[in-house]
Amino acid sequence: MTEISASAPVGTDNDATRPKRRDIGIKRRYAAENRFRALGIGAVSIAVLALVFLLISILSNGLSAFRQTFVAFDVTLDAAVLDKAGNRDPAEMAKVTTIGYGNLLKKALAADLEARGVSTEGISSKEIAGLLSKEAPAQLRNRVLADPGLVGQTISFKTYATGRIDGYYKGRVTMESAALDSNVSPEQLTLADRMRGAGMLTVGFNTGFLFGPDASELRPEAAGLGIAILGSAYMMILVLVMSLPLGIAASIYLEEFAPQNRFTDLIEVNINNLAAVPSIVFGLLGLAIFINFAGLPQSAPVVGALVLTLMTLPTIIIATRAALKAVPPSIREAALGIGASKMQAIFHHVLPLAMPGILTGTIIGLAQALGETAPLLLIGMVAFVRDFPAAPPEGFFDPAAALPVQVYNWTQRADPAFVERASGAIIVLLVFLFLMNLIAIVLRRQFERRW
Amino acid sequence: MSVAEAEKTRERWQTVMSGPAPEHIKMHTRDVCVFYGAKQALFDVDLDIGEREVTALIGPSGCGKSTYLRCLNRMNDTIDICRVTGKIELEGEDIYAPSIDVVELRARVGMVFQKPNPFAKSIFDNVAYGPRIHGLAGSKSDLEDIVVSSLKKAGLYNEVSDRLHEPGTGLSGGQQQRLCIARAIAVNPEVILMDEPCSALDPIATAKVEELIDELRENYSIVIVTHSMQQAARVSQRTAFFHLGILVEVGDTDRMFTNPQDQRTQDYITGRFG
Amino acid sequence: MNTGLLVLAVLVIAIAGFILGRRHSLVTANGDIRNLHSLPGYHGQSVFIFAAAPALLLVCVWLLAQPLVIESRVSSMIEPSDIPSGSTLGLVMADVRRISDGLDVAVAQGALTEAQIDNMRADLTDVRSRLADVGIAVGSNVSQNVFLAAKEFRALNGIGRIAMAIAGLALALAGAAFAYSRITPRYRARNVSEGAIKALMILSSTVAILTTLGIVLSLVFETVHFFRLYPAQNFFFNFTWNPQFRGGSDLGIIPLLWGTLYVSFTALAVAVPIGLLSAIYLAEYASSTVRSVAKPTIELLAGIPTIVYGLFALITVGPMLRDYFAQPLGLGSSSSSVMTAGLVMGIMVIPFISSLSDDVINAVPQAMRDGSLGLGATRSETVKKVILPAALPGIVGAILLAASRAIGETMIVVMGAGAAAKLSVNPFEAMTTITVKIVSQLTGDTEFASPETLVAFALGLSLFVVTLGLNVVALYVVRKYREQYE
Repeated sequence: MTEISASAPVGTDNDATRPKRRDIGIKRRYAAENRFRALGIGAVSIAVLALVFLLISILSNGLSAFRQTFVAFDVTLDAAVLDKAGNRDPAEMAKVTTIGYGNLLKKALAADLEARGVSTEGISSKEIAGLLSKEAPAQLRNRVLADPGLVGQTISFKTYATGRIDGYYKGRVTMESAALDSNVSPEQLTLADRMRGAGMLTVGFNTGFLFGPDASELRPEAAGLGIAILGSAYMMILVLVMSLPLGIAASIYLEEFAPQNRFTDLIEVNINNLAAVPSIVFGLLGLAIFINFAGLPQSAPVVGALVLTLMTLPTIIIATRAALKAVPPSIREAALGIGASKMQAIFHHVLPLAMPGILTGTIIGLAQALGETAPLLLIGMVAFVRDFPAAPPEGFFDPAAALPVQVYNWTQRADPAFVERASGAIIVLLVFLFLMNLIAIVLRRQFERRW
Repeated sequence: MSVAEAEKTRERWQTVMSGPAPEHIKMHTRDVCVFYGAKQALFDVDLDIGEREVTALIGPSGCGKSTYLRCLNRMNDTIDICRVTGKIELEGEDIYAPSIDVVELRARVGMVFQKPNPFAKSIFDNVAYGPRIHGLAGSKSDLEDIVVSSLKKAGLYNEVSDRLHEPGTGLSGGQQQRLCIARAIAVNPEVILMDEPCSALDPIATAKVEELIDELRENYSIVIVTHSMQQAARVSQRTAFFHLGILVEVGDTDRMFTNPQDQRTQDYITGRFG
Repeated sequence: MNTGLLVLAVLVIAIAGFILGRRHSLVTANGDIRNLHSLPGYHGQSVFIFAAAPALLLVCVWLLAQPLVIESRVSSMIEPSDIPSGSTLGLVMADVRRISDGLDVAVAQGALTEAQIDNMRADLTDVRSRLADVGIAVGSNVSQNVFLAAKEFRALNGIGRIAMAIAGLALALAGAAFAYSRITPRYRARNVSEGAIKALMILSSTVAILTTLGIVLSLVFETVHFFRLYPAQNFFFNFTWNPQFRGGSDLGIIPLLWGTLYVSFTALAVAVPIGLLSAIYLAEYASSTVRSVAKPTIELLAGIPTIVYGLFALITVGPMLRDYFAQPLGLGSSSSSVMTAGLVMGIMVIPFISSLSDDVINAVPQAMRDGSLGLGATRSETVKKVILPAALPGIVGAILLAASRAIGETMIVVMGAGAAAKLSVNPFEAMTTITVKIVSQLTGDTEFASPETLVAFALGLSLFVVTLGLNVVALYVVRKYREQYE
């Protein structure tokens, strides 16, 4: 019993008699623990905040691109100017250039301002006409040529205000900045305010931004995404049509048939490495092989689609193989056991079960391709395209733009109004990506393993 | 290798025959060896499968009984590194001969697996799949007849007749396994191979499947791999005992379980190992 | 008959073969499919394959071979005297092709008849202006020999096309007839059709190899071309990058390489700590709800196209860094800088580091954690002393992969780093990278065969080699690491 009495009395309330514990630095170590934890929380927060900041920056810059300042006024289409011969023949009327229409608009706007009692004191008639987009004469001309019967009538004409006036209502242009700007004067801005009061100037949703073609450097207000969206859509269709069958066929071979040998290894190594090759290298490939060697046209969606197909193929193959691998072997055995051939077992049973996974992978690959810019720059998709490509299949070979390239294109222009356009285009791009990913997620949820 | 040497190696894998060979031989195998890469999994198996009777393959895990079973309809072909030598004949025809179409073979020698593996399709389509790919039904009503009679033979029809178009994966485990048997029968095979068909089932479901096997014996030759000696005793007429890749003993089930000739068989049956 | 129509005709024959083969197989089986080895559909498919595959293959080979054969025959008609000084046989042959095309167009438009062409002589008629009338521009005046060559070229092409059509259709019909005649109840049509499908699959899987081959060949070919015009040692060891429109450019890779490495290093300096700490926090500390929200959110960063990051750098991060750091510190007044690009690229790379590290950390066996925690170590001590050392190879692999991403990234640096090739250490100065210069050299209006354009391929090859090397090492390291714990 001496041993017990000599050792510590366990469980007594007397603290004084309890021997001192070893000092293992609990306090210091817990402080370090908390610091480490805080670092981790900090890192996660930074990453999440960066994403939030990125999205806010794009949204705050780009949302205004969907709204646009318009000017509406009455225009009398003077037959003496527009149709000298008087026979309403479009071919002859086409001889009147946009300059003629410009003068007509200039007079009409001044007349309408006067008719509505909007004061134009201290402003030259040139400055008044300067409120209108440089696109306006062309718009009016197209409208008249499409319907020669309008000549001689007075029509209500609605057109874009210039980028600076538009910027004034979006906060980009102020009285102070206008005083320093050679393109716009404070007087013009006050006139714009008066016109707004008279209901001639309105701010509304801008359909032209989504559906119209691109416009030149001097006309940011008229620049639209129509061709870019169409071009991207063409490319996505082609990429889907080319990469899905190729990807599935290659994956089935590699996953289900390929013997373990050098050749198979070579293919696998290739696929893994291709997935990590910088995208711009694919652009160089496209330029050297498809354009210079095969002689396909520059700027054409078909070339873009070929390059993007080669780029997305590894993604699709990797996803498809994972989906095939996830189908339990018992399904294959079941089919083989009642005398299905291997091909039948795969096409009748394995492939349908793997399909949701394959489609999810394909959509993710397509989303990647949709946002890809660098390779498209090299195959000439950066060119200024004003005409809509024709309907497929000829349209696949016509020059077109692509959404991300259009963004890049606009950032290269001087007028600050294009920054807003570029951000707006990014919003459109992100909405498409969001929708594609949503479809992928829904697919995955809907068809989660049923066996 | 000289004849004498060959004789010597043959002797090592001599199988004890306890009882006569089956009267009508359906499948006839001689010197079957199986290699996985460099590793040999089966050594010179000589075994005859009798017509319209149940042959049970028993033995401890990894003894090669499943490997042997999978040789009989060339399911081993699906494994790249697997190599089979020797002779396996179905009705006197070498099934590994180049002229044999493996798909045709599997339509004649059907297989039921350890875990029930219905397709993710309706019950009807599960059973109809085989007849469809083999073109066994001349018409739609033919196909329906085949499905119904197969389900009836598998003793499942009464339980599922009102929901033939619901997914086969919604059935209970025992029902699923009988569905798989119906699916195999629908192709009208001559031999049915069963790889531990009851190991994933509860005792009641097991009893039903065993009853079914006993009924199927009237029309088909059946080879069943089982872990349970009681099951082998209940359903089979002949039993083959495998050990370490060697077919140790084969004979009438009754005699094997009451009076085994080989020491290893005796040890296994009495529960010394396995 | 043009090629599209020919292919269509072959396919029509093949489809007809499919339908007939299907029906015939049933007839041979006396109408009962139970007598057939293969289902009727497979018999149809086998006829389809025999009709279409050899014929289409022939058309492909023919299309590749015909120009070669005709070129060599026609180019022998051109005398050395027909080649203007400063021109080459290749350029003259291009004219021959264009004249031949022009004659086709002229006939199609009704401007010329075949008889007129037969009688036309280049020394008597102004062929060039006649062709210009139908919208075909020919580089120089046409000599009689060149014109004769063009006529011969056109005639041979016409014969070739007709011969191809006849041969293709004949082969399709013969193939269909052959396959049709083979149909018997015991014929293994399924094996034939499945064999063909398998061949197609093998072909598809070689696309990956062909792509790599295409990349390597095109890069190497153009780079060799470039080194003929511009010495390789200058490219690798020249410290200036100063392309000129009129030749005499300095095209040294070193300033670009410096910019690339500087930007990538900045990006990694941002991404590695944030990515790694996030991964550790999410793997070891975070509750499952936090994890289920934060992990996909961070991975979202990887799904955002790089053009979005580029714009972010251009309109937000760049001006902010300039206004709040560079200018107050007197370090420069450029909004595009190494820092801008590096910071934004760092954000982009975070998910690569964090999700790969997350996998790697989760692969460390639970037993190792338990062992450390069981001894009374705190979580952070366990992470630092046990998990990180065990996971280190995998993390290194992740960082290497991220580095390869950063080096090959294009849009962020195009829009954020600037275009001036400089060797400077000031991170707030604009510098440029390999990828930026590939884009800028190939989007200008320079002639393709000039060294200023071809240098892009040499840069591309360097980029390809570097990133490939990093990937191979990274994948090797990660694989070795995985094997260790499997």
